[in-house]
Amino acid sequence: MELILFIITALVALGSAFMVITRRSPIASVLFLILTFFCLAVFYVMLGAQFIAAMQIIVYAGAIMVLFLFVLMLLNLRGTQSWEVGNPLRKWLGFAAAGGILLVAATAIKSVGMIGTELDPALGTVESVGRNLFTRFLLPFEIASVLLLGAIIGTVAMVKQKQSESAEEKGGEEQ
Amino acid sequence: MSEFWINLLAALAKMGIMISIVMGLATLLTWVERKQSAIMQDRLGANRADIFGFRIIGLFHPFADAIKMITKEDFVPPFSDRLLHTLAPVIAFSTALMVFAVIPLGPSVVIAGHRITGQIANINIGLLYIFAFGGLAVYSAVIAGWSSNNKYTLLGAVRASAQMISYEVCLGLSLIGAIMIYGTYDLTNMVAQGQSGYILGWIPRWGLFLQPLAALLFLPAAIAENKRIPFDLPECESEILGFFTEYSGLRAGMFMFAEFIELIAVAALFSVVFLGGWLVPYLTWGADGANIPWCAFQFPWGGMWYIEMWVGKALEFGALFFKIAFMIYFMILIRWTLPRFRYDQVMKLGWKYLLPLAMLNLLVTGVVLVVM
Repeated sequence: MELILFIITALVALGSAFMVITRRSPIASVLFLILTFFCLAVFYVMLGAQFIAAMQIIVYAGAIMVLFLFVLMLLNLRGTQSWEVGNPLRKWLGFAAAGGILLVAATAIKSVGMIGTELDPALGTVESVGRNLFTRFLLPFEIASVLLLGAIIGTVAMVKQKQSESAEEKGGEEQ
Repeated sequence: MSEFWINLLAALAKMGIMISIVMGLATLLTWVERKQSAIMQDRLGANRADIFGFRIIGLFHPFADAIKMITKEDFVPPFSDRLLHTLAPVIAFSTALMVFAVIPLGPSVVIAGHRITGQIANINIGLLYIFAFGGLAVYSAVIAGWSSNNKYTLLGAVRASAQMISYEVCLGLSLIGAIMIYGTYDLTNMVAQGQSGYILGWIPRWGLFLQPLAALLFLPAAIAENKRIPFDLPECESEILGFFTEYSGLRAGMFMFAEFIELIAVAALFSVVFLGGWLVPYLTWGADGANIPWCAFQFPWGGMWYIEMWVGKALEFGALFFKIAFMIYFMILIRWTLPRFRYDQVMKLGWKYLLPLAMLNLLVTGVVLVVM
């Protein structure tokens, strides 16, 4: 039963991931990426990691992808952009980057062990994730939060700068 | 029958019951909303649809509306993205319905020796699941506005997504206060905790009394998320054009129906988290020395009033439906009472008032929890 579900989800995940990189319209790419994220969430649920599955949908499918879609729609890219890459070096750089990510992922999967590993069923619940986050991984967690805070302050600073510039252009009519 | 098949059968039955209740209630709400507007505006209201002269206070209007929407021309604007244009109302409708998988519609009942819970899926992350699928509703607005290939619908979509994302933050933070108090994400567990003891000896331990500020912040955030007046700027198709202006017929109907389903979801969520779900004040379940269960009203001033077991269960189911109906009525009342906010007011209210207050609520709750 679970194997059938796994095979179906895996096929959908691979198919939609393939569609992400082959669609001409960037909007379609984003929508297929959301579908891929959904399949990943299904995998997490099958591994018993309900909390991580929920986070996958809330953060990636629900928030980050909305932002992607938002930007693409405001730029109004309707698949008219050409596929030509100006500098051939960029193509090779892309291949190299993809290869590097694949290598890192492969090493990580190899170190964990692939199929047949017994998982603790309580691994992905809210309680266990919270406990691990605030004890074992407290330092990385806090560093990540400082990084995010830095990003927020940077965004505010940029917006403030733009605002004061436009105010100067208008002769200080608006603040 | 093995446990697996019984669980499957129970889940399917619960899905059937849940969908019929929600869809039936949403159909009825199209009439309730019109009737309420008529009452507020001092007129007789929707009472014209008749079958052989019978009008039954306008209750045929939902059916008349349905026939009208099905038979109307289903126009897809030229140069629009046909597939996405079709997909958007489907997303709105399905994400609204998905939320009901974890909302309990009553206490657990024992049927033929099997304990059956009131919610369809009894999962560890109940409330997060609601956030996950509630958050996806943004896509329907964004895709609808963009795929219509119309500048005004695109602007409506931008308004909708900015508003929904802003208020989602406040919605989440106000609920986290309740989660901190209850210590669980599961909605059934939340209700069950309200059963233990009373505040000051007589106030039931419901979210509204434990987290009054959170309840006060949750309601406007939820109405904004639902895009109803006074937060209906993304839609307002009558004046400044919203994201589903280019929809007609059944597809526009699906958007409106999804809004009513969301209204029911918000009412149900508020009832379960803040109004104690199916709990009836002072109704207590217990067992005597010989392990025979009893059910009684145990009043704080010392009275006991024993009632039949099935009456107790019926009262609990009735209590939840009464609470949900009251919250729906309350939100419809707000819709016909308040004027619409300006857009800068919407953003200001969300970011400058509700969000800091929600943060403050979290801080105070945390301090109180640590001290106690």
